[in-house]
Amino acid sequence: MRGLLLRDLRLAVKAGGGFGLALAFFLIVCVLVPFGIGPETGLLREVAGGVLWLGALLACLLSLDRIFALDWEDGSLELLATSPLPLEMVAVTKSTAHWLTTGLPLALVAPLLGLLLNLPSAGFIWLVASLLIGTPALSAIGTFGAALTVGMRRGGLLMSLLVLPLYVPSLLFGAMVVSNGADGASVGTPLALLAAISLGSLAILPFASAAVLRVNLR
Amino acid sequence: MALSGAVLPWITGLAVVLVLGGLIWGFFFTPNDFRQGSTVKIIYIHVPAAIMGSGTWFMMLAASLVWVIRRHHVSALAAKAAAPVGMVFTLIGLFTGAVWGQPMWGTWWEWDPRLTAFLILFLFYLGYMALWAAVENPDNAADLTAVLCLVGTVFAVISRYAILFWNQGLHQGASLSMDAEENVADVFAYPLWVCIIGFGLLFVCLVLLRTRTEIRARRLGALIAQERMA
Repeated sequence: MRGLLLRDLRLAVKAGGGFGLALAFFLIVCVLVPFGIGPETGLLREVAGGVLWLGALLACLLSLDRIFALDWEDGSLELLATSPLPLEMVAVTKSTAHWLTTGLPLALVAPLLGLLLNLPSAGFIWLVASLLIGTPALSAIGTFGAALTVGMRRGGLLMSLLVLPLYVPSLLFGAMVVSNGADGASVGTPLALLAAISLGSLAILPFASAAVLRVNLR
Repeated sequence: MALSGAVLPWITGLAVVLVLGGLIWGFFFTPNDFRQGSTVKIIYIHVPAAIMGSGTWFMMLAASLVWVIRRHHVSALAAKAAAPVGMVFTLIGLFTGAVWGQPMWGTWWEWDPRLTAFLILFLFYLGYMALWAAVENPDNAADLTAVLCLVGTVFAVISRYAILFWNQGLHQGASLSMDAEENVADVFAYPLWVCIIGFGLLFVCLVLLRTRTEIRARRLGALIAQERMA
């Protein structure tokens, strides 16, 4: 399991692995927003939390099809399925690797982009906290989506249609944490619910991912 | 097949009679609301369509569970057949809601919890149908969509209640409950109940018809495959 995790991390960081791609995409989304809605700082301050969460979510989505696609193409997914490691643990490992290469870096660079979008200073800590707590759910849900569409032609488009509605609760609570935190209001409830969604997804979705992987591999 | 074939014309006839009867009763033989005028009559389409829109998803959930547990092929096909029907009911609910909301609330669309949840349900229908269309092997497709339906249900319910934290609504609460003090007045409620039952039967008839078509298509495919082998 550790070997698989390290292998996935190495593959992601290597050239062509798409490690920097998600971060660059996040940056571009956040740079494009002021062009779309205008540069007034008051307006940007209002929408900063939501835009940052939306950008992180889209950047996460961008890298989802890499979770299983390469392993599917070169046949190593079948090797993994026949290995002594249960497929559920493979799904957990894959989600973890995806989170370490997208969710974690996204959370760490988010304050810089918050600066660009004029996020109030009280919001920074909650921005990082909400992304750290919320993005594991995005990775777990995304792994499920990637497992559903593995090996399909035009699977990427279908996957976004399947995965994005599942992201609604995380996005909603995540953006709420940031905007409440920026206004100095209490963030306890949305933060707790965000954590609940992450923990619940991590606990249950690997079983669903493994089930659909088995179907797709037979 | 024999039973559903025998029952289908009766259900269809009854559904048509009830829907038409309920709508005509509601449209022409009930008074206008003293505040909403004649726009109140949208209720006879809006409410039954909305009930069936969300009800269909639960029927699909039940059918998916039956498929996952008992691997009964007809249940998978019934879930497949129900999805477009539910999607259309959801769309009708959203559309009539917009038409009703424009004169009453002064807006076509409002990010109200019920409206938003319904829009998300519509997206779930789209994803579910797209997944059915994308997988070639029918058994694999049935398995994948069944798991998607189970996971989707959990997230749809979470979304429904998450949205309550996010925005307070314009939409009224339940007004057809058995136990509530204030309900829709009886003059409106009777034709409304007729319409709801009529829409329910309409749903049954459409799903039966589409399931029978799916079963026949499956048999035809098997026959063609046999022919090729011979």
